[in-house]
Amino acid sequence: MTSEPIPIICVACPKGCRLEVLRSEGDILVNHAGCKRGQEYARGEVTDPRRMVASTVKVSNAIHPLLPVYTSAPFPKGRIRELLAEIRKVELKAPVKINQVVIENALGTGIDVVASRDLE
Amino acid sequence: MTNLHYDVVVVGSGPGGLAAAISARQNGAEKVLIIERDIELGGILLQCIHNGFGVEVFKEDLPGPSYAQRFIQQVHDLKIDTLLDSMVLEATPDRRLFITNRKLGIREIQARALVFAMGCRERTRAQIRLPGSRPAGVYTAGTAQRWVNVEGYMPGKRFVILGSGDIGMIMARRLTFEGAKVERVLEIMPYLSGLTRNYVQCLQDFDIPLQLNHTVKRIIGNNRVEAIEAAAVDEQRRIIPGSEEIIPCDTLLLSVGLIPENELSRQAGVRIDPVTAGAFVDSRFHTSVPGIFSAGNVVHVYDLVDWVTQAGLAAGKGAALFAQGKLAASDKVVRTQAGENVRYIVPHTFDPDLLAEEAIPLQMRVKQPIEAPVWVEAVCNGKSVTRKALPYARPGEMVTLNLKPDVVDSIRESGTLTVNITER
Repeated sequence: MTSEPIPIICVACPKGCRLEVLRSEGDILVNHAGCKRGQEYARGEVTDPRRMVASTVKVSNAIHPLLPVYTSAPFPKGRIRELLAEIRKVELKAPVKINQVVIENALGTGIDVVASRDLE
Repeated sequence: MTNLHYDVVVVGSGPGGLAAAISARQNGAEKVLIIERDIELGGILLQCIHNGFGVEVFKEDLPGPSYAQRFIQQVHDLKIDTLLDSMVLEATPDRRLFITNRKLGIREIQARALVFAMGCRERTRAQIRLPGSRPAGVYTAGTAQRWVNVEGYMPGKRFVILGSGDIGMIMARRLTFEGAKVERVLEIMPYLSGLTRNYVQCLQDFDIPLQLNHTVKRIIGNNRVEAIEAAAVDEQRRIIPGSEEIIPCDTLLLSVGLIPENELSRQAGVRIDPVTAGAFVDSRFHTSVPGIFSAGNVVHVYDLVDWVTQAGLAAGKGAALFAQGKLAASDKVVRTQAGENVRYIVPHTFDPDLLAEEAIPLQMRVKQPIEAPVWVEAVCNGKSVTRKALPYARPGEMVTLNLKPDVVDSIRESGTLTVNITER
């Protein structure tokens, strides 16, 4: 059984090739990839799509009411909403240092949410 | 009123200004000052909390505030002076600045060399002549970005975004993260104006529909935006009657282009290129006024912050050399000329003797997209000087042609170098 072709726009480089992925019996077939990186990107997109996530958390005693934060590595795409709900619960007190861990091992993924900047 | 004297003064502390100040200091300028109107250094990077910065400069994928902080740290390490919360009221051709802030009142600052790094501003509703009533709820995407990411305000609940610029698409995702509904992104051109990466990760990932060849015909609402009337356009960008659609929403964001901010440059007598809306510059980003340099998006709007940093480094070096009297005036000048399908080229001129020593990158944009392999070719007196192949060329993606020192002999005698971008 071969699946319906899944259309994917490659973002491995700015060119934006339109690829097509077919899955059959554990095999993954990528069509129209302009290069090897595109092949890998498309495979990742159908097996385990991930994205960098950036948001803000509340902070008191600082020049701004919000601290920008981001994931230390690309995060599973399907769980971004859950992650955002966790990020929304956090409240910090300044001073905060860049790369300070704000949420450790978020949702058990092994990925941390960290501060994007110093804030005093 | 005490006068202040500096070797190099930089106006603006975004990526261009930070790089210029650091580079000026590293190239021998002793007293360097950055003037910033906000309460902290960093400029617009501080509100760009998403990733994607630094891939070229640091080989890392950083959020905007992290990228800025690396340079801010260097500014402090190099003991560069800063004046925050300060506004430059006036700039003169002899490099005097009149500034004001709460503590100092009004001060005059004399610079041996000046770097303008004011960045750019967003095009507003007035500049695209959007018809309809004038309710609250119409904002530029960057303003909304500042509110949501720095100040902690949500400007609305249901959004329509006009323009497929990068900030608009990034805000579509950001607003979705914060619980808003983004109904539609409308783009009047037949192609995306931002990067494909942003289309995929900001719109497609969240099922936000993008309509090309569409625009806003009318804004509806009295006190607050209640809806917008969208419509399709033809090849001449005229509204197609009968294609109208009412989209209920409470907020309209505009992501319809950026314009270099050159009010101070004009005051100082700097010649402005009507095509880029930035200064005419040479390869050191020296403007038409001796000792005044221009760095980053204030010259032309770049795609990547990494390139703004590189431009800032070049301008800062030029300013340091000028301040030390080491920048010899040259009477030899080669002018660059936008040829076939090229809208503009930066720099506008360069000194062939400088090209003999170091490569000079020519940066340009095409007029029309070519979705097929192209040649980017520099021509002098009808003869090819250098060329490079690209898989395609699009107005939204800047093209760089690196002029190497070994081509200087074929250019030296001619006053003009033309670049054409044509199908292979």
